Amino acid sequence: MASLNEFLFISGLLFAIGLAGVIIRRNIIVIFMSLELMLAAASLTLVAFSRFHLHEGLPDYNGQVFVFFIITVAAAEVAVGLAIIVALYRARQTINVEDLTSMRG
Amino acid sequence: MHSIAFYLFALLAITGGIFLVAFRNPVSSALAMVLSFVGLAGLFIGLNAYFVGIVQILVYAGAIMVLFIFIIMLLDLNDEKPVKFKSTTVLAGVIIPLLLVVQILGVIQSHNTGDEGAFKKITASSMAISAKEFPEDSAIHKSLTHPKSPKLPDTNLIGHAIFTRYNFPLQIMGVLLLVATMGVVILSKRSSKKAS
Amino acid sequence: MNSLAWLLLGLPLLSAVVIHLGLKRLQSVSALVATASAGVTLLFSIILLLSEGDFITSFNWASIAGFEGIKIGLELDQLSKGMMLIVTGVGFLVHLFSLAYMKYDQAKARYFAGLALFMFSMTGIVLASNFIMMFIFWELVGLSSYLLIGHWYDKDSAADAAKKAFLTNRIGDFGFMIGILMLWGIAGTFTFSELAGGLAASSGYSITLLGIAVLCIFAGAMGKSAQAPLHVWLPDAMEGPTPVSALIHAATMVAAGVFMMARFYTSIGTEVIEALWGVQTIAWIGGITSLLAALMATQQDDIKKILAYSTLSQLGYMVMAVGLLSPEAGMFHLYTHAWFKALLFLGSGAVIYACHHEQNIWKMGGLKKTMPITFITFGIGTLALCGFPFITSGFWSKEQILETAWLNNKPLFLIAALVAFLTTFYMFRLFFIAFLGKSRSEKSEHAKEVGPLMFTPLIILAILALISGFSSVAGIIAPSFKILEFHIGPAFIASLLAVILGFLFAFKLYAKTDEDPLAGHKVAQVFRHKFYLDEAYAKIIRYGQDGLAAFIHFFDELIINGLIVGGFSRTAGGIGRLFTRLQSGNLQGYATLFGIGVLLVIYITVFVS
Repeated sequence: MASLNEFLFISGLLFAIGLAGVIIRRNIIVIFMSLELMLAAASLTLVAFSRFHLHEGLPDYNGQVFVFFIITVAAAEVAVGLAIIVALYRARQTINVEDLTSMRG
Repeated sequence: MHSIAFYLFALLAITGGIFLVAFRNPVSSALAMVLSFVGLAGLFIGLNAYFVGIVQILVYAGAIMVLFIFIIMLLDLNDEKPVKFKSTTVLAGVIIPLLLVVQILGVIQSHNTGDEGAFKKITASSMAISAKEFPEDSAIHKSLTHPKSPKLPDTNLIGHAIFTRYNFPLQIMGVLLLVATMGVVILSKRSSKKAS
Repeated sequence: MNSLAWLLLGLPLLSAVVIHLGLKRLQSVSALVATASAGVTLLFSIILLLSEGDFITSFNWASIAGFEGIKIGLELDQLSKGMMLIVTGVGFLVHLFSLAYMKYDQAKARYFAGLALFMFSMTGIVLASNFIMMFIFWELVGLSSYLLIGHWYDKDSAADAAKKAFLTNRIGDFGFMIGILMLWGIAGTFTFSELAGGLAASSGYSITLLGIAVLCIFAGAMGKSAQAPLHVWLPDAMEGPTPVSALIHAATMVAAGVFMMARFYTSIGTEVIEALWGVQTIAWIGGITSLLAALMATQQDDIKKILAYSTLSQLGYMVMAVGLLSPEAGMFHLYTHAWFKALLFLGSGAVIYACHHEQNIWKMGGLKKTMPITFITFGIGTLALCGFPFITSGFWSKEQILETAWLNNKPLFLIAALVAFLTTFYMFRLFFIAFLGKSRSEKSEHAKEVGPLMFTPLIILAILALISGFSSVAGIIAPSFKILEFHIGPAFIASLLAVILGFLFAFKLYAKTDEDPLAGHKVAQVFRHKFYLDEAYAKIIRYGQDGLAAFIHFFDELIINGLIVGGFSRTAGGIGRLFTRLQSGNLQGYATLFGIGVLLVIYITVFVS
């Protein structure tokens, strides 16, 4: 049987992969997907804790409610983020983050 | 949860993640993301979180992935230009996550969760105990104390939690979705001045 | 009486403000407002003069903890009352004269606002009950003088002269301020009436230190009263309108230095001053100034310049008298001089006006017939300035100064006698050339007598120039007057000889000539060029100041800018640039930093401790 630590490790691994994607990739849509992966990794942690923290024989549903909220927020975020990307693409004709350096100090 | 299923789904999730980062074509990346999320959903279900697992599939694989693909198609983006990755960036993108993993491992190792960390099955008797919290004629109570095959009424329990303890955050979430919808509409609207 | 005195101070300010803020468009109205205000203040000062009793009134203008505070106060005694009469009297007549003289000026309102501001500031100096207030108004007369000299500011020479007057005064005022503060350090008060008591209370003050303080205060008088070596601004100040020259640069403001010294000496007591270190310098500066100025005056061609140098020379007389610890004599000469010098300046103004702004005396001549009233009044002024015995006021006051010099300092007496001779000489030179003989230019040929608005002040001043010296008159209206028994002594003989000799020399040289017989002479050249002092100052300023400026520039660039200010700014800038490198605008860079941050946070929270 898998223990809590194993779930946490998988979750951490997924988070790290997401972070690597954010750092390495230059396509802003892929970066966005990597961010989603990181969110999902956090969700896994929450669910795992919920399951292993039994409350009178039942999982602690507070954690799962949080995951539900995370998914909702992620959905809203994706919608807005993609809209911003579309607007950005219209303005600059690119979604390569290396070309988007107008915030340089 | 069966170990084999756990490792299978974990492998699925991680492979999907790696593909997501590694594929050049954004469409492939999007599909890899779905793969990863399917694995995650499997893990959720293995953790008796049926509702969350299903929602994960529905929302990510169903809605969000479609949205991504749709935008990728809309912007007509093909492969990233065959520009070489900057070696420093790649190095940073490998070393930093690696260090993070090492740190997580360190944290996990230093905390021996022991008995608490072991996987305990949810038995009929434990379900019967917690059923007392709910009224006898409620669906949750009936499901938990079903004489032949008692089931964990996962969806009902989350619903109960959301609509009792998390009622206000839920409403805030509704407002958030509304605002996001309006935001998207405004962002996507081509301003008439610019067009002319 | 109290409120009257405050009104005396406030009325000119009110008219200046009203003209400046409201009436600029209405040129003639503003001229009338200023003149009316001057008339009313003259009335007030006559009432004050005739009223008995001295009094001091003051209020706290700024109070500072642990310090007596800055007071605005009025001190009315014979000195200030008499001085007020001079200021308002000459002021009113000059206002009247200006109504005609400046009739066609484009900026009449500005001119009269300046005059009103000057009347306010001068009143402030005269009535001030303490040094701080006097200093404030001292600067204000400097300002109004600046404004009025530069009235025709579109003329470069006028703008430069205004600047020169202001800057030269700065030097003196700097010393004045230091002197005031030193005096405060010694006596512990700024108030005149408390100075003597303050000094007596602070036993054991150093006479050297107090002497230096007195000299520093005198530096202020040197600037304002144009004593050598700070005299250079006064001749240039003649660029201003002639009535202004009469009021400010002959009768009142330039006398403020003498008045201030007299006020200071009388409040501190001449016995105290006598014992101090270095105060004899003051008399010598006065004497030297009067001699230098008289010599320079003998070779000037501009009618106003001659009068300006004669003013310098007479101011030197006054300063000499004050320096010889006889402030009464100095003030008496100030008083008579104010009338006859204002008369001479207004007379020259009339001549200039009639000759269509021709100021060169060699282009005048024959004005005796065309301008009889001006001729007679100017002649009276000339006689008064020369000190024609018995019938002119100048004689009586000059007599007092010569007497003082004879009694206290023989070398200075000789200088004073020489100056008296020179004064007669150059004044009659001016008189002969400008008024007698034939006219030497078209402008003077067509000169006409000026209107009543202009000759009325001349007549009034001429009367005063004659009678104001008599003890019966001076006893009532002079600022401070000590009756001196007249006796035939060396002083009288010297002044009589000076007048006679001066007249004879002038008559011989200039009565029948169309050009200056001395013009080619080398010594005369030196006089004509004002001893080359302006050039020397220009050199000093050019080389001294440029050298100093170069040094300071070097210091500023290298030490201040290079190391201190620049060092700090470069350090800050460098650090800033270091951080702007982080602000690359590159999303991946941010993500990397974010990752490092996450690592650090985990490391610190989990692994450390």
